[in-house]
Amino acid sequence: MGSKTPLYDNHVDAGARIVDFGGWDMPLHYGSQKEEHHAVRQKAGVFDVSHMTIVDLGGERVREFLQYLVANDVAKLKDYGKALYTCMLNPDGGVIDDLIIYFMADRAYRLIVNAATREKDLAWIRQQAGPFAIDVVERAELAMIAVQGPDARKLAAPCVDAEWRDAALALKPFNGLQAGDIFVARTGYTGEDGWEMVLPASEAPAVWNRLLAAGVAPCGLGARDTLRLEAAMNLYGSDMDESISPLEAGLGWTVAWEPGERDFIGRTPLEALRNSPDRQRFVGLLLEDRGVLRNHQRVVVEGVGEGEITSGGFSPTIGRSIALARVPAGDYDRAQVDIRGKLLNVRIVKTPFVRNGQIRIDV
Amino acid sequence: MSELPGDLLYTNDHEWLRREDDGSVTIGITDHAATSLGDLVYVELPEVGQDVESGGEMAVVESVKAASDVYAPIAGEVNAVNEELADDPEKINSEPYGEGWIVRMTPHDAIDESELMSPDAYQQLLDELED
Repeated sequence: MGSKTPLYDNHVDAGARIVDFGGWDMPLHYGSQKEEHHAVRQKAGVFDVSHMTIVDLGGERVREFLQYLVANDVAKLKDYGKALYTCMLNPDGGVIDDLIIYFMADRAYRLIVNAATREKDLAWIRQQAGPFAIDVVERAELAMIAVQGPDARKLAAPCVDAEWRDAALALKPFNGLQAGDIFVARTGYTGEDGWEMVLPASEAPAVWNRLLAAGVAPCGLGARDTLRLEAAMNLYGSDMDESISPLEAGLGWTVAWEPGERDFIGRTPLEALRNSPDRQRFVGLLLEDRGVLRNHQRVVVEGVGEGEITSGGFSPTIGRSIALARVPAGDYDRAQVDIRGKLLNVRIVKTPFVRNGQIRIDV
Repeated sequence: MSELPGDLLYTNDHEWLRREDDGSVTIGITDHAATSLGDLVYVELPEVGQDVESGGEMAVVESVKAASDVYAPIAGEVNAVNEELADDPEKINSEPYGEGWIVRMTPHDAIDESELMSPDAYQQLLDELED
């Protein structure tokens, strides 16, 4: 038996198929992964993401610390509640984890890191924080619920106290606010509009039930994965890990090179890779033949070399198979993928595949 | 879980067989297998005329989640495949014992029922998996 979130009983009541995910007993789906996927693209779905690790950092030098710890620059966070997506790198420039940082208050930031990387992340953060005298506090008593889809904010609004509701609804993308007990942020992992809500564990079941009663579909990790793949959002452990730099995982946009004197961990090896002509590409693939692209399948680029699918699957929105892949440097837009010994044709496409309910590639 | 059809034989790998009047055998995967896989999105079928060994890979069913091999429960020659599955693989989810059939074979030998499971025996296997 793994760890259980405060919503475990709600999942069982909703008919979830429970699976182990990084030591947590989590819902894979509640009947049909595809229907859950479509619910998020067309209306609204809710995910229990309480397994994710919430870490609050505080201290006089916390901003300076984060400017050293992560590759993006928290100086971009000018207003309270603003969120920043970034990678935390090792000295070789490999990705220890990807995370979201919220600017909570003066000298206070909140980090949301992955569940499967919890222990190494906490150890690394505490180790690096030592000289900066930072308070590192894990908030295991908090639950986290993501409501996603075109109707998500409207349907979730009644869960926020009336006093804060209008302000919550007025949040711009990648902004959040503390609304009484609930921290509401207009963020997510699906490519749809919506909120992620951090709240006391004791309040999570009531909020969950209220969302379901409002017609929001309960969605499991299965739909979460196909949604994020369509949105071309990276998954730690699949698309990048400690041996891969953000520049080879399509995350160059999250690395803040300016100011040049900001010496974040992993900067030097990243600088070397930045202008390298041999740097691998990280691309989206659309399968032109029938079949399903899967993680670790070999990508063959004739006359150039080979790469690998890092995340592959079937896109319920497009009705075709799509993938993210790391492939050799070079100027080409076609390749082949080895599926059970057969080479099938794929086209390299500009990601995201799907965003806000719309297919964004030519099919 | 719905009741198992009583006129079929079953395997440990969660396949079913139906003996047709013309001596051929229709093969599919059980409701349990389809439900475990989740929504099916692609089926790779063998060629008609292909010879398959008992226990050999016969087809591949892929769901949103994963790919899974379908093994031939008997040796024989494929005499038909369910082409409808190309456009509608979810038939396996909705009608695993009917429209969701996968392959029809002409068996090489008489079917040895002791190698296969009766509905009762298969039900018992499912009950054990539930525990």
